[in-house]
Amino acid sequence: MRIRTLRLLAATAACAVATTTLAACGSGGPSRGGGDTLSVWVYQDGSTVIQEEFVEKFNETSDIKIDLVQIPGDNYTDRMRTAMGSPNAPDVFFNWGGGSIADFVEQDMLVDLTPILDEEPELKDAFIPTILDAGAVDGRYYGIPMRGVQPVILFYNKTAFAEAGVEPPATWDDMLHVIDVFLDRDTVPAVVAGADPWTELMWLEYLLDRRGGAEIFDRIRNGDASAWSDPAVRWMADTVKELVDAGTFGNNFRSVNYTADGASTFFAQGGGVMHLMGSWEYANQLSQQPEFAAEDLGWAAFPTVPDGTGDPGALVGNPTNYWSINSEVEGERLDAALDFLRMHAEPEYAQALIDNGDIPTTANAESLLDSHASPEFARFQYDMVAEAPSFTLSWDQALPPGKAPALHDNIEKLFGGQMSPEDFVAAMQDL
Amino acid sequence: MTTAPRRRTGRPGIAWAVPGLLFFLFFAAAPMLIVGYLSFTQWDGLSNPSWTGTDNWDRLWNDDTMRQAIALSLLLTVLTWLFQTPIALLLGVWAAGRQRTRALLSAIFFLPLLASSVALALLWKTIFDPNLGLNAQIADWLNLSSADLLGSPRGAFAAVLFVTAWQFIPLHTLLYQGGARQIPQSLYDAAALDGAGTVRQFFAITLPQLRNTIVTSSVLMVVGALTYFDTVLILTRGGPGDATTIVPFLMYRTGFQAFDLGYASAVATALVITATAVSLLLVRLTGFSKMRSTREGI
Repeated sequence: MRIRTLRLLAATAACAVATTTLAACGSGGPSRGGGDTLSVWVYQDGSTVIQEEFVEKFNETSDIKIDLVQIPGDNYTDRMRTAMGSPNAPDVFFNWGGGSIADFVEQDMLVDLTPILDEEPELKDAFIPTILDAGAVDGRYYGIPMRGVQPVILFYNKTAFAEAGVEPPATWDDMLHVIDVFLDRDTVPAVVAGADPWTELMWLEYLLDRRGGAEIFDRIRNGDASAWSDPAVRWMADTVKELVDAGTFGNNFRSVNYTADGASTFFAQGGGVMHLMGSWEYANQLSQQPEFAAEDLGWAAFPTVPDGTGDPGALVGNPTNYWSINSEVEGERLDAALDFLRMHAEPEYAQALIDNGDIPTTANAESLLDSHASPEFARFQYDMVAEAPSFTLSWDQALPPGKAPALHDNIEKLFGGQMSPEDFVAAMQDL
Repeated sequence: MTTAPRRRTGRPGIAWAVPGLLFFLFFAAAPMLIVGYLSFTQWDGLSNPSWTGTDNWDRLWNDDTMRQAIALSLLLTVLTWLFQTPIALLLGVWAAGRQRTRALLSAIFFLPLLASSVALALLWKTIFDPNLGLNAQIADWLNLSSADLLGSPRGAFAAVLFVTAWQFIPLHTLLYQGGARQIPQSLYDAAALDGAGTVRQFFAITLPQLRNTIVTSSVLMVVGALTYFDTVLILTRGGPGDATTIVPFLMYRTGFQAFDLGYASAVATALVITATAVSLLLVRLTGFSKMRSTREGI
């Protein structure tokens, strides 16, 4: 009896642990609204209060009520994706556009909003065009912008720069000079959270964009893997290696994290003086280290690079987030869902975003910026976005989800010195 | 061994096993069968799974990432056993003593058992921060140029080994403590009369008497190490690069980041088969199946 029990125990233990992860995926959301409700899924974070407010407002007048489901951030992508393949799919859901919805588009699971935007120019023109385009798939629109803009910005420590007698870099020569100056002062020139490869990705995105223009990644994102062999890609990888070897990011950066505030705290304490990060870094510093945010935190655009053909005003990052509608929503419920989406083009929604510290994506939001908690930062960011000739979506969001893990691995290896620039380029072609 | 006729009275009937059996069928056997089926399909989680025969298995056989993951998993398992067993054994035997200080210290040692692995991994991740964490201090004292533990492939692997050991040694200590307390005092008294010292007593009495406990603890350790997941997910995310991408993490990454659920199922099935085989082999090799009592002649 004892052997058999033990064997069973051993076998069960092995199986249970191994299969739980895969089997637990069927965790149910609320069942499909049907009838007279719409289930709307949103990524839960500091901005969700706005969704709560506007859903409530919508439900006051509409016969078809919205049931807002908030999914904690870390699990959002898994949960949404799994639910879309099940009968518990959301009717309207939050996404990043591009690669995050490409598979749904391929399966005809989303409502194509292009004809609606063509019919209603006032809706289409309400948004900054580059933002609307950044979420499109194969030139067709499936999403309406619903959050603030999130461009990647070069944050720097104003006080440290003033003490060292340098200005934020406008050209690559300036950048190399700034790096030398701070290396001489035993300060890490640029903070990078190497444990979260998407922060390293931001350097690659800007370097490639400035050197070869936004077209290169545009080709890649449209499935042309040969664009990885463009000389600008190799230059980008070589430049990263030079930066790492020079000590630009310090000698510890590979285990610095962003998600547990490792990088931002180090930056605020003056350990490093530049931080290339999404615009959310401002709000993050404001809540974590308010004194630093008020006294020392400066911001600038990414510098130009030698022989760069890219527009110096081009941006990378997350243009915004979008609402998309499940194609199974029809008739009256579809009308209601569209009405809900239209609310996001209204000035009241833009004002709510500003009150929350975000910069809206609507074209006429400029007059509202003065009511932002930091009008100076708001204006800088809004102008940057409104004037940008292109706004490239983060590569890991723009590419199909199957490619993101390998992309992150390769980036981590390039920064970590485990992969040469040459091998990196080859690995990206095989992505 | 005597084969006395079993008394049938007082033994619970098979009906008592039904709830447990049903639970096992629904939550372990059925998912396992489905995963087995999915391993022969191509499935992105959205459309219907399409049958692709043995494509996933052929790919599994020739996949360099999978090979590396298997090597890392096996290495982690062996090192886990080598690292945890001696410490847990010694601590457990020591904690088996009835002295009050030992009871108090044991209670403290067992604390990590009570926390969730995710919370522990998050805690250790903060401790390992190279600029703000405790290891920045330690590197400072030791005059090391870098505290980049999680940033180097070996360092990250060592960190996973260390954190899981720190977390699971208490469980195995508890097993050994229980085992050691079962050893009759008369054996030690007799040995003392024969002039055996503490060390001799440990090797001649304690260790042989704990044989069955060692097997139990080893099976749990090996199966546990083959299926470590949460610590890796939080602490290193399989990185840097793929330096700590062990098989269970590769399965998660393939299934829930790349949404290649067919291939992920093949990885999962391979893992189930391997872990089951290894634990059965372990039971057999250690002679556990011969079921010799450690108390013969007492």
